Amino acid sequence: MKPVIDVWSTPFWDAAREGRLLVQRCTDTGQCFFPPAPVSPFTGRPHTEWVESSGRGELFSFVVFHQKYFPGFPTPYPVVMVKLDEGPMLLTNLRGAEASALKIGQRMHVVFDPDVDGITLPQFEIAA
Amino acid sequence: MNIHDSHPLRDKAAFAGIGTSAFGNFPANDSYGLGCEALNMALDDAGLRPGDIDGLIVNRIPSYERFAEMMGINPQYCLLTETPGRFSGVSLSLAMQAVATGAAKTVALVYGNNGRSKRVNYGGGDSQWSAWGMTSPGASHAMMWRRHMHDYGTTHADLGWVAEAFRHHACLNPDAVMHGRPITRDDHATARPICEPLKLLDYCLINDGAVAWIITSAERARDMRRPPVLISGYARQDNFTYGSAPPTDYWQGAFAKVQSEIYSRAGIGRDELSGLGIYDNFSPTVLFSLEGMGFCPHGEGGNFVKDGTLRLGTGRLPTNTSGGHLSDSYMQGWGIIAECVRQLRGDCGARQIPNAETMQYICGTNIALSAIFRRG
Repeated sequence: MKPVIDVWSTPFWDAAREGRLLVQRCTDTGQCFFPPAPVSPFTGRPHTEWVESSGRGELFSFVVFHQKYFPGFPTPYPVVMVKLDEGPMLLTNLRGAEASALKIGQRMHVVFDPDVDGITLPQFEIAA
Repeated sequence: MNIHDSHPLRDKAAFAGIGTSAFGNFPANDSYGLGCEALNMALDDAGLRPGDIDGLIVNRIPSYERFAEMMGINPQYCLLTETPGRFSGVSLSLAMQAVATGAAKTVALVYGNNGRSKRVNYGGGDSQWSAWGMTSPGASHAMMWRRHMHDYGTTHADLGWVAEAFRHHACLNPDAVMHGRPITRDDHATARPICEPLKLLDYCLINDGAVAWIITSAERARDMRRPPVLISGYARQDNFTYGSAPPTDYWQGAFAKVQSEIYSRAGIGRDELSGLGIYDNFSPTVLFSLEGMGFCPHGEGGNFVKDGTLRLGTGRLPTNTSGGHLSDSYMQGWGIIAECVRQLRGDCGARQIPNAETMQYICGTNIALSAIFRRG
């Protein structure tokens, strides 16, 4: 599956190709948000900037797909919900471990999947 | 009663007619044909003809205009509402408001869905998270339920009480898709996983069918063929989670607002309810809704449904007596509300709640809403 890339998310995907995880920050409140948007959801104003995330966060929840919806995803596969230390939630893939190793609350960090068709997908593994 | 105590819409609008098509797999039909079938049943139920309808709301039928011209209806109020199931309740409120303001006198609301024969599976396609394989409402609810188990110590087995109760009801309902196919809680536990932690029997059905309601003023409804069912109260609070990620609070924030308004608007208390209709797209939603509406404290939904609280005959709160989305028919709230009406008319036969006087509908989604109905 190719990601949906629009005018607001282009900087995110460009940075991912360089191995950096970007999120937007509301310059009025200092709060970060994702997915990208023309305005801050905290104020509705276009006072935003891109900042580099630490790439670290906490496992909020996870699921394991058995139903096949996408040809490119052999089942079963997990999807993890990671709360970045900067605040935003990401729904992303687990790398380097089986779903049976997951425990809600455990620390996670970003890794970058090698380019496929020019897209680098930020994914997460369990922090050592 | 002091007039200032009463919400202006309390008991002003009423169901004058309802109709439900056959439910199943009908590749030779479509949402228009099914919708026409349901609307004709509702018109007959009310003793009305298409020309008596001056308001029309259609849902999941592609074109309001095509549907209206097919039925020969030229209303003064007409619209198509969005496809998610939360719009059954929203559509209900629009009809209430139209009747109360005089925008229309008699509103037909028609829902038609042929997702089964079109093999819709409610997942896949491009979305914000599809590049990571995240898709489908079921997965979103599975994500919420995993966190609920972590936060409160609930278990997948708790959901078995919900699935078993609703299947029991479907087995009392000859029109239900799952009529004649009882399940046990063990069946629920051992069903194949769809998106863990949820399994097959935590998921709603996908079937073809249609539902129609005719809503008019309480006064006009009293002159029609069947006893009216009054819409006593309605409340709604939206909470749009940023980035379409699963909500992290099980809609408790939005439900708190709905809960604070619905009972006072209806003039009917939680303890006075005869039964419930809960939007059961997935079994966890039932627990989130019970917690959200204050039937039990947050996190206690699992304990609350144990021992058959929601089950006809044994439980004090019979819920989704038709079988709901899990076991009757996936009519996205429209059928559950029609079942509330049937209960209040005493039309439910083997699945009738004795002396049903009041029913509450609850829908836990990013548009959290509830309605209370009573016998007119």
